[in-house]
Amino acid sequence: MWKTILRRLMIMVPEVIILSVLVFLLAKAMPGDPFTGSINPKADPAQIKHLMEINGLNDPWYQQYWNWVVHLFHGNLGNSYQYQEPVTRLIEGRAGNTMWLAFFTMVLTYAFALPLGVYAGRHEGKLPDTIIRFYTYVTFCIPVFVILVLGIWIFGYVLGWFPTTGSVSSDAQTWAQTVGSRFYHILLPSLLGALFGTVNIVQYLRSEVIDAKHSDYVRTARSKGVPSKDIYRHHIFRNSLLPIAAFAGYSITGLLNGSIFTETVFSYPGMGLLFVNSISYRDYTVITALVLIYGILNLVGTLLSDIILSIVDPRVRIE
Amino acid sequence: MAENFEKHSDISAADLARLNQEAQAEATPSTAKIIWNEFKADKPAMAALVIIVGFIAFVMIGALFINTPKMMETNIMDYFDKPFTADFWLGADSGGRSVAKQLIVGSRNSIGIAIGLTVISSTVGICWGLISGYFGGYIDWGMQRVYDFTMMLPMLMMIIVLVTIIPHYNAVSLTLIFSLFYWEGTSRLIRSRTLAETQKDYVAASKASGTSNWKIIFQGIMPNISSLIIIDTTLSFAENIGVETGLSYLGFGLPTQTPSLGTMIANANDPANITLYWWTWLPAALEIIILCLSISYVGQVLRRAADASQRQGAAD
Repeated sequence: MWKTILRRLMIMVPEVIILSVLVFLLAKAMPGDPFTGSINPKADPAQIKHLMEINGLNDPWYQQYWNWVVHLFHGNLGNSYQYQEPVTRLIEGRAGNTMWLAFFTMVLTYAFALPLGVYAGRHEGKLPDTIIRFYTYVTFCIPVFVILVLGIWIFGYVLGWFPTTGSVSSDAQTWAQTVGSRFYHILLPSLLGALFGTVNIVQYLRSEVIDAKHSDYVRTARSKGVPSKDIYRHHIFRNSLLPIAAFAGYSITGLLNGSIFTETVFSYPGMGLLFVNSISYRDYTVITALVLIYGILNLVGTLLSDIILSIVDPRVRIE
Repeated sequence: MAENFEKHSDISAADLARLNQEAQAEATPSTAKIIWNEFKADKPAMAALVIIVGFIAFVMIGALFINTPKMMETNIMDYFDKPFTADFWLGADSGGRSVAKQLIVGSRNSIGIAIGLTVISSTVGICWGLISGYFGGYIDWGMQRVYDFTMMLPMLMMIIVLVTIIPHYNAVSLTLIFSLFYWEGTSRLIRSRTLAETQKDYVAASKASGTSNWKIIFQGIMPNISSLIIIDTTLSFAENIGVETGLSYLGFGLPTQTPSLGTMIANANDPANITLYWWTWLPAALEIIILCLSISYVGQVLRRAADASQRQGAAD
C-alpha cells in the first residue's frame, strides 16, 4: 500500500519539474513584453530597457528559470505586471472562489448522479431506466459552454432568477448576507455544471448495480429476507461507493478545465477568468503560476483517485 | 492446393458450390453489413445519419458560393437587422453581416476542423494504444509515462498559451495544436483492449509462425478491435466539435475575421446582445446541440451494432 503511494510520489517529482520548465519556456516564448504599453505613453524605450534589466528579463532563460525556482521555494511567485501586486496574493483572492464553485459543482453532481445511477440499474430495461439513459445520452456530448450560455440566457436574463455576473453582490453588508449572496452567485453555474456532468457516474453505477443484482451476496441477502429496499441501499450501494468516490479525484481535471468556461460566461472572478485576462495582458508571472497550480492540482487529483482505487482493488497495487 | 483438392476429394463440383453457399448464408455477416442492418432497423438513427451527412454536404458546398471577405465587410445600414426578412433570413449582427451566411461558412470551418482533429488524434491514439499494448515491457512503460505526463497538463490552458505563441496561426495549425492533446482518451481505450487481445491464441500462433510484429498489429489485432475503433472515432467526433468552438468562444480559436460557430456564440458575451439580439448567437448554439446529438446518436447505434446481444437489425 505505502509502497504504491511512495512510487507514485516518486514519479510525480520529475513530472512537476518537466512541467515547470515547459511552462516557463512557453511563457517566455509568448510575444510582446509586459512593459510596452502598460506604463505611461511618454515612457521612452530606454526606460523600458531599464525595467527589463531590473526585472532580469534580459538574462539567459536558464538563469531566469533558476531565479524563478529559488523564489518559488520561498513562496514568492513574483509580481503581477498588470495588477502590480504579488501573484500569491492575487491568486489567493481568486482561488477561494474557484474552489467553492468546483466544490459545489462536485457535491451537486454526486447528489444527482448517485440516486439516478442506482435507480436506473434497479429498474433496468423499464421506463425509468429508458428515461435516465436518454438523459445521459443528451448530456453526454453537448459542449458545456453552449449549455452555460443558454442557461445564463434563460435563467439569468430572460427569467431573471439568478445573477449574471460577479461572485458577491455589492449590497451585502452582514456576514450572513455575504454568504447568502455568494451561494446565490454560485448556484446557477454549479447546477448547470452538475446536471451536465453526471454521465460517467450514472453509467458506471448503473452497470455496477446490474452486475451486483445477480451476484451471490445479493442472493444470500434476499434469501435471508432482507427487504429489497435495504439490499439496494446497504448492500449494493455500499459496495459500489468506493470506486465511485475514486472518480472524484479524476473529475478535478474536468472541473478545472471547465472553470475557465464557467467563469468566463458568468464573469465570475476566479482563477479561470484571471487566466483568460492575464493571457491578453501577457502577464507571464500570473500565467506560469496558474498553469503550474492547475497542473499540480490535476496530479494530486489523479494521485487521490489511484490511492482510493488501490484500497478498493488490491490488484492495482501489485501492478 | 485447389488441384490437390480436386484430385483427392470425392465431393462433386455442384455439391461444393452448394456447401459454399450454405456456409456463406450461415457465416457472420460483415461489420459493414451489420451496421447497415442496424440503421435500417432504427428509423431515428437513419434520420440522424441523413441529417449529419446532408448538413455537412450542404455547408461544405454552400460555403463555396459565399465570398467570405465580402460577407465579413461591415455595413452599418444593416446594423442588427431583424431575422426572417427577404435579405436576411436570420437577421444581421452588429456589423450588419448576414447571420445565415456566417452560419454556413462558420459551420464549414468548425466541422472541417473537427473532422481534421478527429482524423489526426484518432490515428495517433490508435497507433499509440496498439504499439503500447502489444509490445508491453519497457516500451509500454515509457509510453505510459508520456501519457501520464500529458494527462497532467492543464489541457485548455496549454492550448491557449500555444495559440498565443504562434504568430500567424490558421485552421491547420490550430488543428495540429488541438491534436497534441486529444489523442489521450483513444490511446487509453485502445491500449486496454490491445492488452487483452495480445493474450489470445491467434496472436501467439502468428508469433510462432514468424509473422512480423507490425503485420500482427495492423492486420491481426486492429481488424479485431475495429468495432471499438469505429465507435470511439464517432463519439470523439461529436466531442471534438466542442473543442474548436469552445476555444473560439473564449477568443483563442479562429481569428475574428474567420467566422466559426464559436465566435458566433461569443456574441452572447455582450449583455445587450444576449437578450435583445438573440438571433446573432442562438442559431449557432442550437446548431451545435443538434449536430452533437445526431452524431452521438449514430455512435449509440454503432455501439449497439458492435454488441450482438443488443442488436435490433440482426434478425434477418
